[in-house]
Amino acid sequence: MRRNGMNTFGFLKSDRRLLRAEPDFRPMARLLQVNWLYVLLVCVLAGVGYIALYSAGGGSAKPFAGPQMVRFGFGLVMMIAVSLVSPRILRMASMPIYLLSVTLLALVLRMGHVGKGAERWINLAGMQFQPSEFAKIGLVLMLATWFHRIGNERMGNPLRLVLPALLTLLPVLLVLKEPNLGTATIIGLIGATLFFAAGMRLWQIVLLAAPLPFMGKLIYSHLHDYQKARIDTFLHPEHDPLGAGYNIIQSKIALGSGGMWGEGYLHGSQGQLNFLPEKQTDFIFTMIGEEWGFVGGIAVITLLGTLVMGGMLIAIRSRNQFGRLLGLGIAMDFFLYCAVNLSMVMGVIPVGGVPLPLISYGGSAMLTMMFGFGLLMSAWVHRNERDPGTEDDDDD
Amino acid sequence: MFSRNTPFRSRIRQKHQAEPVRSGRGVFARRALLVMAVQAGVLGVLGRRLYNLQVVDGEHLRQLAERNRTSKRLLAPARGTIHDRFGIALADNKVSWRALLMPEETTDIPAVIERFSQIVPLDEHDRARIERDLRHVHKYVPVTLHEFLSWDDMARIELNAPSLPGVLVDVGSTRLYPFKDLTAHIVGYVAPPNEEDVAKDTTLSLPGMRVGRAGIEQTQEASLRGKPGSVEMEVNAVGRVIGEIDRVEGQQGEDVRLTLDSVLQQQVLSHLEDRVASAVVMDCRNGEVMAMVSTPSFDPSLFDSGVSHAQWNEWANDPRTPLVDKAVSGLYPPGSTFKPAVALAALKAGSVTAQDRFNCPGYYDLGGVRFHCWNRWGHGLINMREGLKYSCDVYFYEVARRCGMDPIQAVGNAMGLGVKLGIELPHVHSGVIPTPEWRQKHGFHWNGGDTVNAGIGQGFVQVTPLALATYVSRIASGRDVQPHLLRAARDQLSAMASVDDVGKVDLSPEYLDVVRGGMFAVVNEPHGSAPKARLDLPGIQMAGKTGSAQVRHVSRALRESGHFNSMNLPWEYRPHALFICFAPYDNPKYAVSVVVEHGNAGADEAAPLAKLIMTDTLLRDPASDVRPPAPSVVPPPSPVAEGTMPSQTAPAQAAPPEQTGPGVAQ
Repeated sequence: MRRNGMNTFGFLKSDRRLLRAEPDFRPMARLLQVNWLYVLLVCVLAGVGYIALYSAGGGSAKPFAGPQMVRFGFGLVMMIAVSLVSPRILRMASMPIYLLSVTLLALVLRMGHVGKGAERWINLAGMQFQPSEFAKIGLVLMLATWFHRIGNERMGNPLRLVLPALLTLLPVLLVLKEPNLGTATIIGLIGATLFFAAGMRLWQIVLLAAPLPFMGKLIYSHLHDYQKARIDTFLHPEHDPLGAGYNIIQSKIALGSGGMWGEGYLHGSQGQLNFLPEKQTDFIFTMIGEEWGFVGGIAVITLLGTLVMGGMLIAIRSRNQFGRLLGLGIAMDFFLYCAVNLSMVMGVIPVGGVPLPLISYGGSAMLTMMFGFGLLMSAWVHRNERDPGTEDDDDD
Repeated sequence: MFSRNTPFRSRIRQKHQAEPVRSGRGVFARRALLVMAVQAGVLGVLGRRLYNLQVVDGEHLRQLAERNRTSKRLLAPARGTIHDRFGIALADNKVSWRALLMPEETTDIPAVIERFSQIVPLDEHDRARIERDLRHVHKYVPVTLHEFLSWDDMARIELNAPSLPGVLVDVGSTRLYPFKDLTAHIVGYVAPPNEEDVAKDTTLSLPGMRVGRAGIEQTQEASLRGKPGSVEMEVNAVGRVIGEIDRVEGQQGEDVRLTLDSVLQQQVLSHLEDRVASAVVMDCRNGEVMAMVSTPSFDPSLFDSGVSHAQWNEWANDPRTPLVDKAVSGLYPPGSTFKPAVALAALKAGSVTAQDRFNCPGYYDLGGVRFHCWNRWGHGLINMREGLKYSCDVYFYEVARRCGMDPIQAVGNAMGLGVKLGIELPHVHSGVIPTPEWRQKHGFHWNGGDTVNAGIGQGFVQVTPLALATYVSRIASGRDVQPHLLRAARDQLSAMASVDDVGKVDLSPEYLDVVRGGMFAVVNEPHGSAPKARLDLPGIQMAGKTGSAQVRHVSRALRESGHFNSMNLPWEYRPHALFICFAPYDNPKYAVSVVVEHGNAGADEAAPLAKLIMTDTLLRDPASDVRPPAPSVVPPPSPVAEGTMPSQTAPAQAAPPEQTGPGVAQ
């Protein structure tokens, strides 16, 4: 029995909805619906971040750990608040949020602050803000809303996929132009995963995937020199040990010197002696690996994996397409952050400015991630809302 | 959907409807599980990678980490200094400052450079170099803005430090030659090492290291350089020092003390004035070189900071060859100064005795060729002492013919002519005493004329001023002295500094007495050839020998015209003027050789100079090792020497240049 799609079956769906108990929308009751175990895991991860940043600050809450915890506090409140927002409102807000994020991306190209040769930051009311982080959330919301509205059945119509594809490509291209290859890839992958999970047909996937290798070649030819250099030094880091390859080599050395059990908290020679570049931001995991060893490193990876899998399970548990896709998009976003950052510090992929979520020092990444977790939690809180028939979609 | 209503499609549709494939949740659940599997796989691969990095390769990477944490830096040793025999510094190290820019410590590099150039002007060359360095160097490696800052510049930079973020002043050392051109040829100079040097000794790549490129700086490089120390430091990634772990003190370069007397050197130089000449003053008992001057000279300090192209071209193209140390590298025909050697060779070989008299009619015929005496009226019937006194050419033609070249070469070599001398300088030429074999080796036939020409120091005979000083020292003292410049290293007197332990030359003292007597007569007896060299010091007499070495063929027609006067020749064709001497005659202590390039006549040009130099030497008496009251570095001309100089009206037997030479033969 198909649960969505054809208008003719609308009455049946309405019937089914009537049969189900409406969820209780009283705020206190919804607060109880929040998955507090997941919130606890998020807090544990932030705690790991605090410990690592305390060490990166040379054994002091200043200048990293303290401010980061304040931000996390804000983020946590925001996460709980967002989790209580009804999906209906989120769907209504998705288009404005998406448009805002894309506008900000366009703005950053015009007037963004230049950092490390790329324009990525925008100054928003005195706060440094990275619109590309925000754009990921905006895209997830937008695609989830879109696929929710067409429903799984109409996924087979390629024409229905043209607009979401364009909506995905727009932020990807804007971020590429910044230029930030890493984030553009992440945005593209999130979009692709959402297309896939939303029920895109296999023949469509095959058709789309075939020309990808050629696309890759085309993209490489349009890369900036520093991006090509990153790929080259990644392949041969020893060619320029003090230059671009420095980060990778130092990172590997620090991880290696951690060994199985680590050099001990606050005793990692590489991190404490500043050999590690950007140890409080992108390379924070190296610091953890050096001080806590393989045991600590694998524990953090396990924690990250648990959060990813938890997010995916929340998505699967949702009874509506919007909640499913929203949950999966956020979990995928979180996973890609972790995977890209870990691969980067372990020298698996070229270095790109991708932080380790909730652990790396940085405000906008932390807040957008917490906002994303809020959306995920909203999908959990409202997991039992069922997809209505398209024709009687009251929030259309 | 467009195809859904066709019968064919609907049949398929029905089939599909049976299973919940199209139900969003089922598709999503399966695809989400697939995504989860991929995610778990990626995280698993990353975990495995972490295991490899931390546990499998851990040991290797830990070693790299240890090397990372400590940085071994070499400490440049201070180069040894060079002093004269009384401890006056000839080459010293001076503290100098250089301005460095730490690119990582400033945000606006061009502005900082601009402000810096307002304090210390930077020329375009400097700017280009700085820009190049900034582009190539990593941001935590300092870039040199300006080397060799003066104290004033340094102070001004420090004063303006707040407006010059990232600029810091570093202390280095420059080589200082207080006497500049005075001792340039002997002390030499240093220059930054080139790639070849660094390949041989990597410690030379240390900033501030220099390599001796000439003179004592070059030959004593091994002791002057010293050994670099090292310091092992704990550093952070940007190279900033956090603490010191270990320090190995290097060995400073050894100080070197020379036999030179810088004051005497100055006096000799002031006598030579602007002549192209060289003079050597030697302790004839042990071969210590008290003064050795070659003019013109150059300023060795310029090499430390780099000689400009224009300056180099000027030196290299100057016909007076300022860069060449004429005292050891200049080759000159000895002319009549060679006659004592010929006399000694003939006496030793037994081909003549001191009493044998030969008649000089003013010319000498050999094998149909007529060789001339410088005095065309002849000297009459003379013995060896008179032959030396008058510097009679015909007498020595006959002696050389009787003796032959081989004994002349043997004795010449024994006296230090035509052999490599062991003095501590680079580019020492050994000179030539020709023999028939030597001539044949070069593809020519030796004939009798060559022998008689060699008998008066012309033809193929070539010597250096230092060899002449060695030669006259050996005649004077009868000792086999070796010329040397090194008096002491590390305050330890060299073995050669002793005046007693020097061996004798292989010549009978009575032969040496004959020659010394002849040389005494040259200076002190009436009609001797160098009366202008007579000393004005009471009770001290000097013995010497003139020489005028032709550098150009004089044609027979010109000679017979009777109007030939070499003073009318262009400068570069005039004969060289030479003089060798020693004093005091009865107890020889010092020997002097003077060569004035194109000075025309030894008796007129070189002998008075030798007299002045010898007078100064005897008055200072540097060999006594009591530091004499040092006059100012540039002493005024001694009034004694000036006032008692033989006047031009004195009955001077002006010796015209010996007009004999290879060119005389038809």
